[in-house]
Amino acid sequence: MNWEMSRVVRTITDILIVPMIIFGIYLVLHGHLTPGGGFQGGAVIASSTALLIVSYGTLGKHKKDLSSIEAVGLTLFILIAFFGIGYTMFYNYLAGTGGIFGGTVPAGPNPGYINTGGTVTLMNLMVGIEVSAALSLILWMMSRESGIMEAKDKGSEGMEVKG
Amino acid sequence: MKKSIAIVAFVVIFAFLVLGVVQMRPFGEPENEDMDDHFLGDSQERHQVNNVVTAVLFDYRGLDTLGEATILFSAVSGVLTVLRKIKDEKEEVED
Amino acid sequence: MSWDAFFMTMPYLAVVILLSIGLYTVLFKKNLIKIIMGIAIMQNGANLFLVSLAYRDGYYAPIFTSAESTDMVMPTAHALTLTSIVIGLATTALMLSFTIMIKRHYGSINTEDVRRCKE
Repeated sequence: MNWEMSRVVRTITDILIVPMIIFGIYLVLHGHLTPGGGFQGGAVIASSTALLIVSYGTLGKHKKDLSSIEAVGLTLFILIAFFGIGYTMFYNYLAGTGGIFGGTVPAGPNPGYINTGGTVTLMNLMVGIEVSAALSLILWMMSRESGIMEAKDKGSEGMEVKG
Repeated sequence: MKKSIAIVAFVVIFAFLVLGVVQMRPFGEPENEDMDDHFLGDSQERHQVNNVVTAVLFDYRGLDTLGEATILFSAVSGVLTVLRKIKDEKEEVED
Repeated sequence: MSWDAFFMTMPYLAVVILLSIGLYTVLFKKNLIKIIMGIAIMQNGANLFLVSLAYRDGYYAPIFTSAESTDMVMPTAHALTLTSIVIGLATTALMLSFTIMIKRHYGSINTEDVRRCKE
């Protein structure tokens, strides 16, 4: 049940997993400045999970952790939206106040400053957390139940790479 | 019989699509753009966001994004339910 | 219809081609995986239609890095396309899970075989 690829693949995975996750976090945090955002960054982080599944064949016993992370991300997203209920739901109550993510943007083209955006940046972060956990969960459940991880037990070595 | 119905449906829908393309406005010259021009002018001074698509996604049309996140959540719940049930059945058979 | 007007309808023709390929696959193929691929192709056609509706000739992406606000394409359709892509991904994952369940249950993913009742 718990099969893994050769040592070369596992070492390359250990090296590549760090820039992949860092690039995903960069896409999430710069969602209000550059192309990208919560959904795309979450998909990049989930692709690192796909790499882990392909090379190691398992994620351990982290399914409940991923479920909890996804639910927490969605709940925090709804809470951040709900705190603006004094005006309307999804009101941007942090923009331009000078607090966290409350900087002001100069009018017209500018290079972009990370401390702006108000609730948009926070919602990007929450959606990134939710999407990364959700896609990791989908990938893991489908790869576990479709029999890919049992390929070695049944004698077919089509998925295994000889080191 | 069933295949002939499918062929007729395909031809009719294809004809409607081609008819729609012939009568479509030219590419790159939209007509009703007042709302988008308002978004473009408003997103920097009122929401302090550089990326207008993100501003539309999370501020002006935030409820759409809430529904989208809910759909993703329920789809993951459906995947978990469907695949977990199969595993339980298999374990029952093994027992 | 002149040549210029014909060239200005090319993106819509691409949308029609994508939708037709997806519809053909859904209507005439028996394999469930191929049907799901057809649905995904139709989703991509709809996304391409939304993005091509939002285009203004000679304008830039709606991000304030190097363009003024009077030089940008329309952002609303792009946001709707982003929503549509994520929903398409969720529904594709759900359909593939159902296909896995059908394969476990019936031993086949051909729609002709799935139709029979299992004892």
